[in-house]
Amino acid sequence: MSLLRFFRPRAAPSAPLAKERLTVLLTHERAARSQPEYLPRLRREILEVIGKYVHLDDDKIHVHYESQGTVAKLELDIELPNQSQQRQSQVAQPAVS
Amino acid sequence: MTSGKGGVGKTTSAAAFAAGLALKGHKTVVIDFDVGLRNLDLVMGCERRVVYDFINVINGDARLNQALIRDKRIDTLAILPTSQTRDKDALTREGVGRVIDDLKEDFDFIICDSPAGIERGALLALYYADEAVIVTNPEVSSVRDSDRIIGVLQSRSRRAEEGMDPVREHLLLARYDADRVARGEMLKVEDVLDILAIPLVGIIPESQSVLKSSNVGMPVVMDSSSVAGQAYLDAVGRFLGETIEHRYFKPERRGLFQRLLWRTA
Repeated sequence: MSLLRFFRPRAAPSAPLAKERLTVLLTHERAARSQPEYLPRLRREILEVIGKYVHLDDDKIHVHYESQGTVAKLELDIELPNQSQQRQSQVAQPAVS
Repeated sequence: MTSGKGGVGKTTSAAAFAAGLALKGHKTVVIDFDVGLRNLDLVMGCERRVVYDFINVINGDARLNQALIRDKRIDTLAILPTSQTRDKDALTREGVGRVIDDLKEDFDFIICDSPAGIERGALLALYYADEAVIVTNPEVSSVRDSDRIIGVLQSRSRRAEEGMDPVREHLLLARYDADRVARGEMLKVEDVLDILAIPLVGIIPESQSVLKSSNVGMPVVMDSSSVAGQAYLDAVGRFLGETIEHRYFKPERRGLFQRLLWRTA
């Protein structure tokens, strides 16, 4: 049994996958760490304000914070539904205010 | 001595580092910050000599000299044990600062053995640090937690809060198994360095002698036959600025017969 195991081909190395997963995860976590704590709340409130005028899905708003030295930059990327879709949704949901 | 994750070898490393510094003639004290889970005394072999502890000193119930335990083997080494009965709220920033200031009068090095996690005990253990040794195992969860604790050092230490020079960080890679690395089963030194991007102070090989030395309450650096002990002494030397090449990160060479035995073991 043991001898058979000795000659059996070895399993694919798993360490490269560990490194790759860590690299991806930590890039994400470090970016989140350098952001101000109020960012998620800011994002939610912006979504609420815009929601008063047009219906907006949660994934259509991107808040990007970048800080370099003494300058910090806040980028808002809001994707509005196009006019026809908007009208349709307004017809479908007239109660949205 | 910090890590975020538990069980990676912080207390072993704190004991080994303290004993290593003391063996080199530096007056060294090591403080156990793991309130409620006292263990440094046991690893250092002075568990029966604990009378007063760190919390007693903070609360003014005992003088520092009453709580300090002088090591019987190395005369430049002392231990400040923690309380086994209180909870971590007994630690205060001011209290810890006062004790550290008092210790500075008598000691060249004060080693703070951090508890796991990122709560009060761990935050206070790193708060006053000038240097941080981050103990990491070549394993995904340990590397992730080390990255997290490095972030905490860079934002919540006194040096960060007061805008001083940052805490100097040192990576101590423990439980390294060069054979498993060679087989692609374990992250390489280089992988961990790429990811964490802090200077390497030492690689401690996975070694039987670590358990053996904690069994008998003797810091592993005092066992001259132990490769882990040698690796810790090398790390202490590098920490003090000596240039020492890294050993123990290549697999041991084995003959065919040994290899057969080892594969079937």
